[in-house]
Amino acid sequence: MEKERHVLVIFPHPDDEAFGVSGTIATYIEMGVPVTYACLTLGEMGRNLGNPPFANRETLPMIRKKELQASADAMGLTDLRMMGLRDKTVEFEDDEKMVKLVADLIEELNPSLIISFYPGLSVHPDHDATGRAVVEAIRRMSESERPKLYTIAFDNKTVEVIGHPDVHHDVSGVTEKKLGAMNAHASQTVWMMEDMQKRLDAEDADALRWLKTEHFYTYTF
Amino acid sequence: MELVQRDQLQSLIDSFAGKDVYIHLETTNGSYAAHFQEGFFNAGAFIRNIVVNYELGKVAGDSPHRIGLKLPSGWIYAQGITHYELDEHGRLLMAGLGPDGKLAVSLEISETPFTY
Repeated sequence: MEKERHVLVIFPHPDDEAFGVSGTIATYIEMGVPVTYACLTLGEMGRNLGNPPFANRETLPMIRKKELQASADAMGLTDLRMMGLRDKTVEFEDDEKMVKLVADLIEELNPSLIISFYPGLSVHPDHDATGRAVVEAIRRMSESERPKLYTIAFDNKTVEVIGHPDVHHDVSGVTEKKLGAMNAHASQTVWMMEDMQKRLDAEDADALRWLKTEHFYTYTF
Repeated sequence: MELVQRDQLQSLIDSFAGKDVYIHLETTNGSYAAHFQEGFFNAGAFIRNIVVNYELGKVAGDSPHRIGLKLPSGWIYAQGITHYELDEHGRLLMAGLGPDGKLAVSLEISETPFTY
């Protein structure tokens, strides 16, 4: 991984960073690269409440806020921004307000790399709306000033539309931190991680690839 | 939240009748439903912090229950309610949780506004 001036990660939900980016974040931090994570919502509309339930609609945001902070701690991330939007409403916010939210972060932090979702190929409406705002904010900058944009895409038709990722990060040096970030979001990941841990213990090739490598699509303007 | 005890829930619903109350109502299949099951028709609705004053509220059916609120010129109802609680802020929180622990429906009644 190349050294960056500053990395800005923008996702809408606590845990969006954990599955496919936490190793990259932790690795940059170990390299001494400043990383800021702007998380737009607290995942207020998450459906996993358990049965019997461990939370309700009104207590879930506070649980997820603590999990987000714990995930940041696990990755060694100190600049965590909670942007105060509500889960599942990002696409209904004023488009210019969303672009400004991103533009203000870029102006303040002057990142050389931004990581977000690929608009239109990220399944959740909040993901796509976040990616749209990021792309538009960068598109409005002069070409020479634009940061690089790495994106996550996982729609079922992703490969058909944009092929395979072109950026591959070896994060094998921070696997404990990555697992720490995943486990920090227990309200969302505990079922997935039970299965994942079994696969890792059995040295399942796909699970080990997931743990040790992360993949992105460079967004081209 | 606990499994609905019908008589207790009915008396809680009665206790909010005739008052200006804030409503949260939500139905959802989750944003990933069509991703995991191609062709799934994903529908849902959400409304929060709307003030109403219902004259009559009823718990109907066996679990999962249906809850109906009769308004001066309209209705609110939710079906699939399995759990409820009166929280420390005096808000009546009701939810329908599937066997997988995922919320499918939520109806909440409060005399004070819910957070954003």
